[in-house]
Amino acid sequence: MTPTLSHFLVLGAILFAISVVGIFLNRRNLIVLLMAIELMLLAVNLNFIAFSYFLGDIAGQVFVFFILTVAAAESAIGLAILVVLFRNIDSIDVEDLDLLKG
Amino acid sequence: MFESAIFYAFAAVLLAAGLAVITARNPVHGALALVLAFFTAAAIWLLLRAEFLAIALVVVYVGAVMVLFLFVVMMLDINLERVREGFWRNLPLALVVGGIMVAEMIAVLADRYFGTPRPRDLPAGYSNTRQLGRVLYTQYAYAFEIAAVILLVAIIAAIALTLRRRKDTRHQDPARQVKARREERVRLVSMPAEKE
Repeated sequence: MTPTLSHFLVLGAILFAISVVGIFLNRRNLIVLLMAIELMLLAVNLNFIAFSYFLGDIAGQVFVFFILTVAAAESAIGLAILVVLFRNIDSIDVEDLDLLKG
Repeated sequence: MFESAIFYAFAAVLLAAGLAVITARNPVHGALALVLAFFTAAAIWLLLRAEFLAIALVVVYVGAVMVLFLFVVMMLDINLERVREGFWRNLPLALVVGGIMVAEMIAVLADRYFGTPRPRDLPAGYSNTRQLGRVLYTQYAYAFEIAAVILLVAIIAAIALTLRRRKDTRHQDPARQVKARREERVRLVSMPAEKE
């Protein structure tokens, strides 16, 4: 029996849930939060490509292409903000981000 | 059968790498586990005949984004004990939320699409890259250009955010150099000729 569409979708769902759990666990560590977001995007991309293959529509792969672009931009800017943050407050703890006194 | 074995092997590695990312004590190990996750995901994408995106994932993510992650992780001097505080306190809630999410998604996805017919094998000489490029440069040309602009904005934003101008370095100011006039620089002194 070859893997069906459901196999790939369930794999994507489990990967997505793992990264949600990771966001809960590492609430204080900004770097691991960014990595968990990358993992989430990977799970979403897996879903897109699985649908693209099984439904025979190349548009899904085009969408994944754009998601990869935006995700690369997002992680570059996120890491830049992280570096500036560490330079200013010497910490990447989310709990320390209370400079705005909100 | 063979394809099924490959799928399960890579799926197991992918999930193990994902778990390693979120539980790694040291963020460097987490980043390396994420590299493994991207590699296995690329293998699974190859299984889905998305060759171009699989290679792009390896080249762009493993080659660029994860190296950037590793640079940043190694550059920052993180207090690991402090960051790990409260790790286990959130575990029960996290497991409940994650378990419910997986159960819901399996309930939704597992039944309905098991019957989706497997697509026919692609004809010989079919090129995924050619097909993708053809669509990308015709139907999605406008979106493609917007993606380029987004990347440009990301470059400029990342540089502008991290650029630090030090006070003690000496640097040129081209505007002042261009504005300099002869009268400010050269002073003509008239004095009688001297003889040795």
